[in-house]
Amino acid sequence: MKAVCWMGKEKLSVQNVPDPKIINRRDAIVRITSTCICGSDLHLYNGFMPTLEQGDILGHEFMGEVVEVGAGIERETLKVGDRVVVPFTIACGNCFFCKQELWSCCDNSNPNYWMAEQLMGYSPSGLFGYTHMLGGYAGGQAQYARVPFADVGPLKVPEGIPDDKLVFLSDIFPTGYMGAVNCDIRPGDTVAIWGCGPVGQFAIRSAFMLGAERVIAIDRFEYRLLLAEQAGAETINYEEVDDVVQTLKDMTANIGPDSCMDAVGMEAHGHGLMAAMDKAKQKLRVEADRPIVLRQCIQGCRKGGTVSVPGVYGGFDDKIPLGAYMNKALTMKTGQTHMMRYMKPLLDRIEKNEIDPSFIRSHRVPIHQAPQLYKIFRDKEDNCTKVVLDPWADGALAA
Amino acid sequence: MHQLASTGLTRADAHDQRTRKRQIQRWGTLLGGGALTLVGLSRRSAAGVALAAVGGALAYIGAKTTSATKELLAESSMLLNCSPEEAYALWQDFEELPAFMNRVEAITPIGNTQFRQYRWVVVGPFGRRITWDAEIISDRPNQSIAWRSLPDSKISVQGIVEFRPAPANRGTIVAVRIMYNSVAGSLAQTVGKMLGRDPSFLLRQDLRRMKALAETGEIPTVEGQTHGPRSAKVAALRMIDPTRPVRSRGGLQEVFTAKRRIA
Repeated sequence: MKAVCWMGKEKLSVQNVPDPKIINRRDAIVRITSTCICGSDLHLYNGFMPTLEQGDILGHEFMGEVVEVGAGIERETLKVGDRVVVPFTIACGNCFFCKQELWSCCDNSNPNYWMAEQLMGYSPSGLFGYTHMLGGYAGGQAQYARVPFADVGPLKVPEGIPDDKLVFLSDIFPTGYMGAVNCDIRPGDTVAIWGCGPVGQFAIRSAFMLGAERVIAIDRFEYRLLLAEQAGAETINYEEVDDVVQTLKDMTANIGPDSCMDAVGMEAHGHGLMAAMDKAKQKLRVEADRPIVLRQCIQGCRKGGTVSVPGVYGGFDDKIPLGAYMNKALTMKTGQTHMMRYMKPLLDRIEKNEIDPSFIRSHRVPIHQAPQLYKIFRDKEDNCTKVVLDPWADGALAA
Repeated sequence: MHQLASTGLTRADAHDQRTRKRQIQRWGTLLGGGALTLVGLSRRSAAGVALAAVGGALAYIGAKTTSATKELLAESSMLLNCSPEEAYALWQDFEELPAFMNRVEAITPIGNTQFRQYRWVVVGPFGRRITWDAEIISDRPNQSIAWRSLPDSKISVQGIVEFRPAPANRGTIVAVRIMYNSVAGSLAQTVGKMLGRDPSFLLRQDLRRMKALAETGEIPTVEGQTHGPRSAKVAALRMIDPTRPVRSRGGLQEVFTAKRRIA
């Protein structure tokens, strides 16, 4: 089959690799019909996540049709022919954490638990195509994928709704939604959201769904800010203001946003000395991330407010304003998305036409164009907001 | 601890503090060295190679410290989301233990089965094997099992596994202590080398696999899954993954053929 393989920093290649096989009893094999490039894949592309190996298959946002199930999967749960969206987190369904619906903290799904344990104390769940530290599972930017614990994760979806409306249930829609849930929104609240990429866009719409009065969206690309405005958000282009935190104070009568969301993560851009230092330190590998946005979230949030962090961080970072965090009585909520909590309710919203997630897609291309599209997506060229890869389009078969 | 006394593990307790200090030093060097190596290898430059070399040397010192000790204590515990009965059932049949003990190739009954004596075959790096004979000396259903090596065994091993209910119905705590004693003064060292790494670390991985088996009915793995072409370096790194089962004979061959091979 065709698969997008990571061959080194900024080096991707679509390779012919063997088809995946059932390995464990609760595995299923899915024939993929749509698969996306995620913003977090760009951290891999740029070589910032440790424990990725040459030859690893990337991709964690995919959907398709079940073509094979393991002996341990009951027919009522999942069967060949089912159309499914596969969540990017892998969960066993029966550990201490899964029982509390902390699905992305599953204790059993990471076979390389010890690697993450060294970095984080304990390991979160395994993920598709996202480093060996987080499981080393082959990803879904391919024609087929092996899905472990397939009786827990995949969401069965009805025929008749196009892939474009459903595939974002695999990660970014629930991720933006959980980002908004983590803001603890109450009537009258103002939510500030850094990053108007795909997760940010879904977070903006989710914040309104959950009753936010105002959403202030922050980015530097006009086409992304425009998309935010279309959803009803006010916007700040941070390259056009002196100080984002001061601008937020001015916009909120000096009380500050009730919650601040970091939908950017480890590769934030910014200006000023500290941003330059972060960049240098990340290059030298003495700082894992560039936590510019997290700092602004903590500084900008009103006293007693909530900081929500759906943006991905990898390691140990400097100059986090803990003084502000402690003294202002803030709450921080984090985590990879607890997918199985949100997928079904959000599918219901799609079926009721409350939201059409396909607004986010700017590109749909055959899988063999993945390497170019990673670059276009990273460099924000061609008004790129979201790339969907078609594993079976013409050209995918020919190569 | 009273239960442990009956199995002769008290001597280890007396040395606990010293051992712990040694362990911290050793882990510091091992982890620090390992991290340096990883960072170095990830950089793909001359400086990176140098860094990796320094890291490797540090990790080697850490590992050497392990094997210099006269006795090896492996100790770990794990909270399982199951009843003591279910946890005990996974441990009761020693012949099935290799399912989650990656370094143990086989545990087979020897002699008169009513005495419950077994031969353990453990595989170390590059397929080197070490064997000892042990008998079960206490078996309290759903509570604990203890075993120790036979007097004429090449290696002196004493072990106990306990199954204790966790508070508020949170499952079962499985606690294991295994002590490898030096018989002729050097055999513990040999075991240390065979196991290759901190024995408590390896025990923790085994218990984690046991936990997965108890909670999910299977052991999660990516062994044997599809992937793109690996480099020789990656293949080598995969080979030294401490949680990788050492039974496969592919080992070295994989390193040499990786470049040409797809998956």
